[in-house]
Parts: sequence; structure tokens; C-alpha cells
Amino acid sequence: MSALVTLNIAVSALRRNAMRTALTALGLIIGVAAVIVMVAIGSGARSSIESRIRSAGTNVVTISAGSNQFGPVRQGSGATTTLTAADADAIAREVPGIRYISPGANARQQIVAEASNWNTQVQGAGPDLPAIRAWSLQFGTFFSSQDVVTAAKVAVLGSVVRDQLFGPGTDPTGATIRIKNQPFRVLGVLTSKGQAAMGPDQDDTIIVPYSTVQKKLLGITHLQNITLSTADGVPFDQVSDNLTVLLRTRHQLTAGAPDDFTVRSLEEMASVLTSTTTTMTWLLASIAAVSLLVGGIGIMNIMLVSVTERTREIGLRLSVGARDVDVLLQFLVEALVLSLAGGALGVALGFAASYTVSRVMQWTALVTPGAVLMSFGCAAAVGIFFGFYPARKAAALDPIDALRYE
Amino acid sequence: MSAHALLVRDLAKTYHVGEVDVPALRGVSLSIDPGEFVALTGPSGSGKSTFMHLIGCLDRPTAGTYLLNGRDVSRLSKRELSAVRNHDIGFVFQGFNLLSRTSAIENVELPMLYGPAISAKERRYRAAAALKAVGLGSRMDHHPNQLSGGQQQRVAIARALVNNPSLLLADEPTGNLDSRTSIEVMGIFQRLNAERQITIVLVTHESDIAEYATRIIGFRDGRVRLDQPVAKRRVASDELAKFDAELEERSA
Repeated sequence: MSALVTLNIAVSALRRNAMRTALTALGLIIGVAAVIVMVAIGSGARSSIESRIRSAGTNVVTISAGSNQFGPVRQGSGATTTLTAADADAIAREVPGIRYISPGANARQQIVAEASNWNTQVQGAGPDLPAIRAWSLQFGTFFSSQDVVTAAKVAVLGSVVRDQLFGPGTDPTGATIRIKNQPFRVLGVLTSKGQAAMGPDQDDTIIVPYSTVQKKLLGITHLQNITLSTADGVPFDQVSDNLTVLLRTRHQLTAGAPDDFTVRSLEEMASVLTSTTTTMTWLLASIAAVSLLVGGIGIMNIMLVSVTERTREIGLRLSVGARDVDVLLQFLVEALVLSLAGGALGVALGFAASYTVSRVMQWTALVTPGAVLMSFGCAAAVGIFFGFYPARKAAALDPIDALRYE
Repeated sequence: MSAHALLVRDLAKTYHVGEVDVPALRGVSLSIDPGEFVALTGPSGSGKSTFMHLIGCLDRPTAGTYLLNGRDVSRLSKRELSAVRNHDIGFVFQGFNLLSRTSAIENVELPMLYGPAISAKERRYRAAAALKAVGLGSRMDHHPNQLSGGQQQRVAIARALVNNPSLLLADEPTGNLDSRTSIEVMGIFQRLNAERQITIVLVTHESDIAEYATRIIGFRDGRVRLDQPVAKRRVASDELAKFDAELEERSA
């Protein structure tokens, strides 16, 4: 019996009970759509986290003063005073594969402009910071290395601070603000970067030379952190090892003593976050897959009913020469057509629902070809798996009993 | 040997119901020649239906041999029996067994779907020819629920004929029909038997229906008790004229 004829018989049998077919397929439609939407939301979350981390700058490595390792006496980050600008110079000189480096010292301060004031993080940094963070200026210029040498009272504003002090969209270049009662000249405004991944608003900041924070704001000689970017293709592990060896030597740590600094890469943090969202995605998808399974059981149920209802038809087909394999295929193809049609509609519904979710809830929902293929494949597998038992039951019928069935 | 359309020797069938063996057929030996029109009669439980199922290749005998057109089919596999049913045997049932919501012509095409591959055009052509042969050429696209009982049975006969089988088996074909339609259907069988030399085996418990055949084989308790030619054969066209005349008489 040709495949086309078999398909034709299956389709006309399904059309004969259109309502029942539709309801049975609905189980699978919902299952497939649920898997697609869940995976779409998960992938969307992951890609948005990834893109936010990318926006913080790629190949970025941070060294923070203090350690998060266990030791006899543990101090919080920031309490350690061993990290200095000289360390940053030494790193730039001696560790290969480093492109930009920026020493950092931060202070939370009240900022006062003519008409308004705002409390924000004052970041002390080097002139390389915009290059490291891939951060361009909306107005004006960034400060120079000369400003670092002289600990000049100059500042570059994040867009949120500019909005708060001078009003949205304005160019305050050349204006004067007061930090800790000292006048600072505004050199420029950074472009908006948005919320950091699971962190504060990156635009709610003021950047000044790190030496200015050290001497004019805090009166310290150490650094809180060093941010650097590596050249393309340099593995983080290698840079991290070199940094650790250099800093341990410079800080005269004996073997066995814990590091008094922590080296971290944004890539590393990104991969932790990504793996968390991946786990969440799989969790959501497997919950959705349960509904796919329930849909499959619905198919089996209706196919069993169908085999019973059509016992005489099966008997007749056997009497006019159908082989058991013909009957098996007929019902298997029927279940498969049902599940594939359900799967296709489910994919369509999944696309529509993902689009709606992303529009209405402002979530990024990313329908991946993998999720579509997987859920469609699952639907087909469910059809074959749950269609097989009823089909085998039909094929095993005795022609005489089937013909006599009332 | 091969001169017989059908030859059975010591054919027996025993059903196992739980622990008990129920012998339905206890050794039947007979032969039927090509072109014969045989009626199998007997009370229920006599074994006539079991015999019919065996010669229809719907079941396999417990013992004995069965030669169909000279070929031993009593030891064939299930799959080989399917091919024999498809190619050599046509079935007509009491309940017509047509597929509902399927047109007459598609019902007739059904046996061709399970045989050697035939083009859709050829299938349609042969099904249409079979329907014309039973006088339903104008109702090919009607569905069973749009046809009378007699018309439905004629569709079933066309379906049985479409693969040109050598043997036509009819199991109580008039059981669900009124008297006049029964005569019409028997007329079709007689005509097919005469025109095409097709061998017909008919199961019936109505003695008047059996008299349309040329030979009656009576079953009782799983054995053949009677095997004789029909002395005064009924001819459907005459019976129909008689029936209508009686009807007119009564109404007048």
C-alpha cells in the first residue's frame, strides 16, 4: 500500500471526527507552545544578560583589594591597603597581553550643583577607563593622564547624574560642581549604558582622576581596585596567573599566605550568570514538557477509542486483504499526522505567545530554532510512542472476531 | 486435482475456550467445481460458518488440507493468507460492512489498495466498471447512508468482485434485506455465476434462498449431513415477476 494512500486514509479518518481530533491535538498544541515559550523566555533572559555584560566591556579583568578566600583573620574588601598605583604601573610594565589599565578608588559623596544636589558614587579612575569599558562620551572630553598626575579637580558625569543636576539632555561641559565642598570642573558627559547585569545603574556615577579621590576626597594612598583589559585572544587564566604571581611578589606574601587581592573577569561572571539562566530555562522547559506528555496520553486514549469504534472496519480491511502491517501503519500514521499537525500549530502558537510576552511584559523572548526543532521532534516522538500501542492492538485483531464485533 | 475450484480433505477446526476444547468442524471432505453455485445450510452451531471462514482463508484449520484452485493454502502464514483473500476471494456480508462517510466508489476501490500497486486512475476505472456490473453506475458518489439496503449490498458485491476473484463467499447476504430486495440480490449472484463462471458459496439458513443455488450442502454438528443438487432451482427473474404479480393481486 503506497504511503500516499495510507496518509490519505489517516487524514480522512481524522476529518471524520473533526471536533475530537481538534480537542486531542489541543493537548499537544499547548504542550509544544509551552515548551517554545519557556525556552524563548529563558534564552531571552540569557541573551539580555550577556549583552549587558558585553556592554560593560569585553576582555575586562578587575583586581580588587582584599581577599574572598578563607584565612585566619578575614577582612572585608576595601579594608586592605596594600594595592597601590605602583602595582598598576608594575602590571602595565611586566604582565604581557594587557592593553589598557585603570587604577580605581571610589568614594560615595554628595554632589552639589548650582540648583540641585545628588548623592552618588564618585569613581576614581585612570584616563584609559573609557577604552576599557567601551564607553564613549556624549559631550566634552575625558580627563588626561596629566590630570591624574596633578590630581586635578575635574569630573566626567554619568548621564543619570547629569540629568539630576543639570536636567535631561543638557550639556554641562565647563560648569562647576562641588564635591566635599571643593569645586570640580565638568569636562564632559558619558553616553548612557543602562543598568548593569544584576548591579547598580552604570550611569549613576561621576568619574574623576583616581589620584584626586586619593588626595582630595579620601586622603589615602592605596587603591580599592584596578581594572584592565586584555588584548584579544589572550586567555584569562594566563593573565590571572601572571597578575597573581606579580602581586604576591610585590606584596611580599609568603607561600601559604592568602592573597590580599582578588582577580576576576567579567567573562567569568558572565558564564556563571549564563549557566544559572540555562538551568532555569531547562527547568521551565521540563515543566512544559510534562504537558507535552499529557497531550501524548490524550492521543493514546483517543486512538484506543478509535480502534474500538472501528473494529468492524478493521475486520473488513483484513478480509479484503489488508495485512496486519497495513492496519498497524494506518493507525500509526493517523496518530503521527495528529501529533505533527498539533506540533505545527503548537509551534505557531508558541511564536505568537512569545511575541506577545515580549511585547506585553517587556521581556526579551528569543524563539530559537533548537527549541522549535526539539518540541516538534518531541511531538512526533510522542505521536509514535503513544500511537504504537493502539495501532498494535488494531493489527493484532482476529479478522473473524473483528467482523462480528458489535 | 486442479480441476476443482475448491477441495477439502478431513478439514477440522477445534476452538480452545479456556480449558475446554470445542470442536466446531469434525472432518469435512468435499470438492466444488469452478462455476458451481453452492448454498451452505444448517442451524446455528452446525459448523457452516466455521467452514466458510476456513475456505475464506480468514482462519486456519486445526487439521486437514484445503486446496484452492489446486494450491494448498491450509498451511500458509497469516501474511500469505492476506494475499489470497485479496486476490482470489471476494466476501459479501450480512451487514454489508461498508465504510461510512465514504463514497460507494471509494468503498469498491478498497481491495485494490491492498493488492499489487495500481494507479489511481486504473483503480477508479475498475471500481466504476464493477459498480456498473451491479447496476449502480449512476450512484457511484453516494455515501452508504444515502443508499437503500439493497443498493448497499450491491456496493458490497461490487467490492467483492473488483479484484476478479475466482471464489465469491456470501455470508447470509439477504439477512438484512426485505423479500423483494433479497430476490434482486440473488438475481445478481445468479447472473454473475452464469456470465462470469464465478464460483459462489453462499451461507444461508433460509431454504428458499438456498434454492437459488445449484447445489445445497447441509451441515449439522460439524459434519456434512446433506449434499445434493437443487431439484427445482429458483430463477430470480421468474421469482420477481411472481412476487410482483402476487403483490398486485393482493392490492386489487
